[in-house]
Amino acid sequence: MPHLIDSLFVFMLAGFIGFEVIRRISPLLHTPLMSITNALDAIAVVGAIVLAGDSRHGLAQVLGTIAVVAATSNIVGGFRITDRMLKMFHTSRPR
Amino acid sequence: MTTTMSGATEVVIELAYLAASALFILALRWMSAPPTARRGLFAGEVGMLLAVGGTLLHHGILSYTWIAVGLVLGTIIGVPLGNVAMTAVPQRTALSHAFGALCVTLVGTAHYYLGVHEGGIPTFTMAVLCAEVILGSLTFTGSLMAAGKLQEVLPQRPITYRGQNFVNLGLLGVALVLACLLVVDPGRTQLFPFILAIPLAFGAMMVVPIGGADMPTVISLLNSYAGLSAAAMGFVLDSKLLIIAGALDGSSGFILSVIMSKAMNRSFTNVLFGAFGQVQAAAATVGEERTVRSASAEEAAVILAAANKVVIVPGYGLAVAQAQHKVRELFDALTKRGVDVRFAIHPVAGRMPGHMNVLLAEADIPYDRLQDMDEANGDLPQADVALVIGANDVTNPAARTDQSSPIYGMPILDVDKARTVMVIKRSMSPGFAGIDNPLYFEDKTLMLFGDAKSFVGSIVRELSGGAGH
Repeated sequence: MPHLIDSLFVFMLAGFIGFEVIRRISPLLHTPLMSITNALDAIAVVGAIVLAGDSRHGLAQVLGTIAVVAATSNIVGGFRITDRMLKMFHTSRPR
Repeated sequence: MTTTMSGATEVVIELAYLAASALFILALRWMSAPPTARRGLFAGEVGMLLAVGGTLLHHGILSYTWIAVGLVLGTIIGVPLGNVAMTAVPQRTALSHAFGALCVTLVGTAHYYLGVHEGGIPTFTMAVLCAEVILGSLTFTGSLMAAGKLQEVLPQRPITYRGQNFVNLGLLGVALVLACLLVVDPGRTQLFPFILAIPLAFGAMMVVPIGGADMPTVISLLNSYAGLSAAAMGFVLDSKLLIIAGALDGSSGFILSVIMSKAMNRSFTNVLFGAFGQVQAAAATVGEERTVRSASAEEAAVILAAANKVVIVPGYGLAVAQAQHKVRELFDALTKRGVDVRFAIHPVAGRMPGHMNVLLAEADIPYDRLQDMDEANGDLPQADVALVIGANDVTNPAARTDQSSPIYGMPILDVDKARTVMVIKRSMSPGFAGIDNPLYFEDKTLMLFGDAKSFVGSIVRELSGGAGH
């Protein structure tokens, strides 16, 4: 139960921080924002890694490995596309 | 499912997670404006590296073989997903929501069976585990459908049938009842497959009826669900890092869906319950024959060259016609003549939030020329020319004036306040929502009939010396 209350506090605070931080993001960058949050959300990979490394349980390992694949592709793809998009935003034209 | 803190390794892992959490928050903080955005990206990458690195030290890991296989395979799939064309970013995003949700669902499923196997799951853990799995699986199929629609593998028009909301909510209700039964007694393993399967069906049925024009809202909403399912996973694992990342992603998706729904004139409840696509197609009134004034590229070029201030209003039609680069040439030609050129961007101009900004940035248009709706509406009354390219409903003054219009109340770009309005359009056919646009019949409006790309091209030729005629 104490864990639950702690976790709820963390969730509540992170929700408010998220709200205040995201609210300030320029509409200009809403697409890169969604791409980077995609990559950050793939932090679920930490749960998947532990399962994929647990060789005592076959099913957990299979599910965990697929989950690692899915999350890693989001991390790599999400950061990559965000980087490509942000590189395109500039004020003074180079040409 | 809590681990006892054993030794220094655990402390190191937790400290790595703590640093990662801080870096994630900073990443989003720095994403607020273009000058710091790349620093934000870097912070996110370092945070992710720390989190993954820390996790690899976890005492529960007995073998690294499959982890390595997963990481390598994921990278192989991820690289091409990071290299898609900018026009394909919406479907890529939807697909990555599906992958994220898949990961969360699979992990949740594994935890359920492990937990039952190891002799029971506490009530609260079971409740959040159900939330994790239900949200994860409906987001998985829902996002796949959204990606299919955006990729035009599935029909873009809304597919509807009688009583679909009833069926959908019924399905969700059944899943929730089963989840409650599982929370009371997690040992009822025969029920678990159903709280996977029913939300999978529900997710698909929720998104299939939604039309292509509503996709910006749908993507944002699915983004929010994906975040919340990750946060639920954080509760199950008692991982503060996951809770924080999930809450950040959830609130991001939530805020974006609110912005999109406001821009589409949808109520808030309408968004929450995912009931899209029904307000559409309230029979277009067959107006009496009215005349429009049309103009040639030559005439348009003369007017544009004489202007002091031009506001270009791009819509998704511009992206469909791949006219971004021609528009850049137009921007260059006019800027060279000393014309002040701005771009007025409606929140739903693209297929996802902010999409049009990315497409224009890709075409090398400086971002300080891109204005959001409020800025643009402040500028439009002083504009000599408003040039509308591939946009329709978001410029329709009926949204301000005609209470009987289906889009009444929708925030629009006030292009009709500019001195002259030019609209590049293929024909007089009505827009996505099938609504007449009175803007086209105003005296100050010139219709430029033709394909966006070639018409802008001919204006550019006229401006740079008239080689076209």
